[in-house]
Formats: sequence, C-alpha cells, structure tokens
Amino acid sequence: MEFAIFAITSIIALMGGIMMLVSRNAVHSALYLLLNFGAIAILYLLLLSPFLFAVQLAVYAGAIVVLFLFVVMLLGAERAEDDNDALAWQKPLALILGLVLLGQAIFVAIQRTTTLPVPAEANFGSPTELATLLFTDYLLPVEVTSVILLVAMVGVVVLNKVRKERGA
Amino acid sequence: MVPTSYYVLVSAALFTIGVLGVLMRRNAIIMFMSVELMLNAANLAFVAFAREQLALDGQVMVFFVITVAAAEVAVGLALLVAIFRSKRTTDVDEVNTLKG
Repeated sequence: MEFAIFAITSIIALMGGIMMLVSRNAVHSALYLLLNFGAIAILYLLLLSPFLFAVQLAVYAGAIVVLFLFVVMLLGAERAEDDNDALAWQKPLALILGLVLLGQAIFVAIQRTTTLPVPAEANFGSPTELATLLFTDYLLPVEVTSVILLVAMVGVVVLNKVRKERGA
Repeated sequence: MVPTSYYVLVSAALFTIGVLGVLMRRNAIIMFMSVELMLNAANLAFVAFAREQLALDGQVMVFFVITVAAAEVAVGLALLVAIFRSKRTTDVDEVNTLKG
C-alpha cells in the first residue's frame, strides 16, 4: 500500500517537473511546479515528517508559487522565448550532460547498500520533537535565519524603490 | 516500507530536470523555477536519509533550506523586476551589456 502511494506520487512529481520544463507558457510552468511541490509534500508525509509537509504546502505551494505567478503576470512574461537562440549549440550539450549526471546519480544511489528503514517510534518527526531540536541544538542557526529573512526583506524594498528625480 | 534508495532515485531525477531547466530555457523566471526544483530534490534526499537513520537533524536542515529558498526567491524576483524595468525583457540572452 505504502509502495503504491510512493510510486503514484513520484510519477506525479516527475511529470510535474518535466511538464514545467517543456511548457511554453510560464503560467503553466508555475502551475506544474505547484503540482510538483504538492507531490513532494505527500512524499514528506510518507517519510514521517508531518511538520515539513505543512511547511512545504504553506511556504512552497502557498507563498513561492503565488510570488512566481504574480511576477509572471506583472511582467507579462508568459509568452515563450524567441526561437532565434544565440547559443543554440547549448541545448543538445545540456541534454547530454544532464543525462550523464542522472546516470552518475543513479549509479551512486544503486551502489550504496540499502536496507529497509527500521520502524520508527510513534513520536518520530512530530512537531514537538523537531521544535525541541530547533530551539536547543540549532538555536544559533534559527537566529541567523531570522537575520537572513530581514536582509531579504530590506533588499527587496531597496531594489524596487523608485528613485525620485533629482531636483523634482 | 519503501527503500531509501528509491527516494534518492526520485530525488536524482528531479534534480536532473532542474539542471536541464536552467541550462535549456532562456526565460529567467523558468530558470528560477528550475532552481527551486533542484532545492526541492535535495530536500527530498535529506528527509529520506533522516528517515533511514532515524535522525531528525536532516529534517531541521530541510527547514533551513526552505527558509533560505524563500528569501532567495524574494530577492531573485525583485532583481528580475528591476531588470525588466530597464531592459523590458526576461530573456537572459538579451541581458548582455557587460559582454566584451
């Protein structure tokens, strides 16, 4: 049963990724990305991390995809790029190198001896356990993260500030 | 029970799709989406190994990756909007003022 859910969800995730790659319309790409994020959230649930499932849906599927859609529509960038590509030779090369990378990754993943994961105790991955770890061992990184978010926010405001004309 | 290596294989495939997206597409927004896809693939591998080792540190790491990714998307899209204001394009081939 678990394997069936895993297989179906993985196929949906991969299809979402591939369709995002080949869609000519950027809005469609963003929506396929949403499908992919949702499928990965379900995989998190299968891997006993309900907290990350919620965070994935709220931050990725909620905030980030909406931000992408907003910018695509703001810039009117949904149309496909022109076909007269300045670096036309790059596409087949990218395809070959990408497939080599995939082959290497598959080789490495198969090489390592895999054992079925042992059953976890009931509260593994519960938000309480994760929070305990976050606010004890990882307290400093959490604080650094808050600074990163603040810097990002200030940076976005500064980048898009409309400068007043001098003398106006 | 699903073996961990299956999750790692899915993660590898998703990462490759992201790499291809960055290399093959010319629309800067789609390239950005592909970067997000790569981050997600790495996150999936993190969570899979956290499950295998029964160590929560992997999940904590994913939490940090998600935060940094959110900040990165905000700054990156702001940069795109700023470029679009002066260049009127999101095609990365058109942004070649610094080219010698």
